[in-house]
Amino acid sequence: MLRHTRTSGSKSSIVIYFSNWSKRSAPAILSWIRADCSNTCNRGAAALEHLYISDMTVTEATPLRAMTSPSAGQSALPHTRIEPSKGWISLGLKDLWQYRELLFFLTWRDIKVRYQQTALGVAWAVIQPLFTMLVFTLFFGRLAKVPSDGIPYPLFAYTALLPWQLFAYALAESSNSVVSNQNLITKVYFPRLVVPLASVLAGLVDFAIAFVLLIGMMAWYQVRPTMAILTLPFFVILAIATALGVGLWLSALNVLYRDVRYTLNFIVQFWLFASPVAYSSTLVPARWRPFYGLNPMAGVIEGFRWALLGRTQAPGAMLWVSVVVVAAILVGGLYYYRRMEKTFADVV
Amino acid sequence: MTDVAIRCEGLAKRYRIGERESYRTLRDAITNAFTSPHRLLSSAARNSSNAREDRNFWALKDVSFEIKRGEVLGIIGRNGAGKSTLLKILSRITEPTCGYADTWGRVGSLLEVGTGFHPELTGRDNIFLNGAILGMRRFEIARKFDEIVAFAEVERFIDTPVKRYSSGMYVRLAFAVAAHLEPEILFVDEVLSVGDAAFQKKCLGKLGDVSREGRTIIFVSHNMTALQRLCTRVVWLDRGKVTDTGDARTVIDHYLQTNAVANLESVWEDGLTAPGNERVRLRSVRVLPQTNSGEPITVHTPLRIEFSYFNFVPETTLNVSMLLHNLEEVCVFVTASDFAPRPAGLIRHTVEIPGDFLNAGSYYVNMIIVKDASTGILFQNNVVAFEVVEGEVVGNWYGKNPGAVRPRLNWRSEVIEAGGLEVSTAREQNT
Repeated sequence: MLRHTRTSGSKSSIVIYFSNWSKRSAPAILSWIRADCSNTCNRGAAALEHLYISDMTVTEATPLRAMTSPSAGQSALPHTRIEPSKGWISLGLKDLWQYRELLFFLTWRDIKVRYQQTALGVAWAVIQPLFTMLVFTLFFGRLAKVPSDGIPYPLFAYTALLPWQLFAYALAESSNSVVSNQNLITKVYFPRLVVPLASVLAGLVDFAIAFVLLIGMMAWYQVRPTMAILTLPFFVILAIATALGVGLWLSALNVLYRDVRYTLNFIVQFWLFASPVAYSSTLVPARWRPFYGLNPMAGVIEGFRWALLGRTQAPGAMLWVSVVVVAAILVGGLYYYRRMEKTFADVV
Repeated sequence: MTDVAIRCEGLAKRYRIGERESYRTLRDAITNAFTSPHRLLSSAARNSSNAREDRNFWALKDVSFEIKRGEVLGIIGRNGAGKSTLLKILSRITEPTCGYADTWGRVGSLLEVGTGFHPELTGRDNIFLNGAILGMRRFEIARKFDEIVAFAEVERFIDTPVKRYSSGMYVRLAFAVAAHLEPEILFVDEVLSVGDAAFQKKCLGKLGDVSREGRTIIFVSHNMTALQRLCTRVVWLDRGKVTDTGDARTVIDHYLQTNAVANLESVWEDGLTAPGNERVRLRSVRVLPQTNSGEPITVHTPLRIEFSYFNFVPETTLNVSMLLHNLEEVCVFVTASDFAPRPAGLIRHTVEIPGDFLNAGSYYVNMIIVKDASTGILFQNNVVAFEVVEGEVVGNWYGKNPGAVRPRLNWRSEVIEAGGLEVSTAREQNT
């Protein structure tokens, strides 16, 4: 019946060729075009201002605003009520879902920028855990002869360093995320949760790269994974949830108190020695082990060793304590963050 | 509720003074926790509510207005009047303290162009990142990508990290992304001060296009010319409150009139605090209307402007350049005195602005003392200001005349050929 083409340039226009033109059918045709335009390109208004109807001698340009009844499009427009929030607020997960592309782009930015203008590039993702592993092997494995549950010490340490690095990186980045993204927060609206979430997720790439080396090491030491490896994603998620939970608290606190930035290194260092990275949690007496699980990273790391190497015991009560602790920190962190975020733009 | 884009009801925003300037440290919080019980007891008797009111600063108070769809609303007001706070609330960056606002449609803001640009990323990457930050979907950005690049005129450098861009390219790219965002409601804050003149013109044109496409725009600017050209309606904020709202021309004129600070004379009695340096020091700048004292300066009044300063270095070639600006921040003209070697001592330059030259409006004077006809050695802005009002009305035109100046020029009017009645009637008959 009719065909429309769009010529791009400084102005877009739609040229419509009518074979049978009658003045009476015009409103119907126009509303059809309008619907089509707003569906496909969301600029129906722009296009219809330059509507040329040819094939007849009639050439006509009709501005859309004159034709639409104002209430017609109103219902389709998203309505937002801006008002002071009171009491308990929702987590705004629906909003977060709508901004998932922003989450993707911010994560992508963090990954892309991380090793910009470095000579070694992504090799850094392997170098750090590798050298830490070598140092640990030398001092703890060889000299101090720390027991490693019958696993070759380098493998024992590296398996723990993987989730540890993921956690430490995610924690540090997310804690500083709000402050380092203050130029965004003071200029544009988006769900503020996107910021720490993106910096946590960016750590996964380093993790994946460093994981390749682990596969090589497992082949070297001829360690065959068991079915327990299927639980690995769970432990990765647990590590991320721990980092995010603590990161949410710290990033919101960091906005108010910049002390957080300086405390952070200390926290991470302290936490490393409190976690079974260089040693095994079996050093802790069995009846105290559930309490050891209060450090969620204990559950995560022992879970990693079990899932990948399969030689140690499955972490039992200790793991469940860790899961509960993480859930508490995460949910608390989410609500604390949401409560604090409304003042971010004013205070940061 | 049919065709409203934004409605504000009693919007208010309170800042606590002190909280904003510096972030607190944990130590402060701890010491406060220990000292506040004590303070609580000691100051309970005193009226603490009064002290609390002092620390509060209302950036906005009871702001209500409504914008129809497709309307271009300008917001004017002096610095600190709450313009930016209002936009921040409407774009949901910060929450209002009380009141509420309703918006219908997707909101985009150009509060500051280039938000979220990362210097290490290429132009291409930044377009996608920035687009996502501004709320565009990925397919939307991809569809407009070529258009954005062409608008910014950075085709050749699109895969170069933006840290290697010139500042002009950077700003153009940033604006291009923001300008291709297609929200129903757009906030623009002072973006027109960026880029060169040609690009500014392009931006104004783009804004005009956007408004013709039926979008709602809130436009915050000090550029009265741009505001007058683009806006249908203007809200004037003063100290967080709406002072006036209505037709753009009327409100802007009202605003300009109220804010015209006539300052016909600046005298620096104290040689130590006067603006200057080891070479020259200002003494006084005066505007002397050549009229009976007390009469206002009209467009017909000749003006004499005197600049006096001390010269400390004998036999320096000095002259004074005067820059006359109007309140729309347009430089009306620059004029310079003769340059000649001046002895040490008090020097005075006088310039005359003839009557029937300036247009009605407010003007302020910036001055430069120039050495050797080449080097500015003293720059002093806003030394005097004056207002020119309409004189007796000539003809039947009572509106404000456009233009930065309104010179009386020599016109000659003559009749080339009398008669000719037959010709015009003949043409009428033809048509």
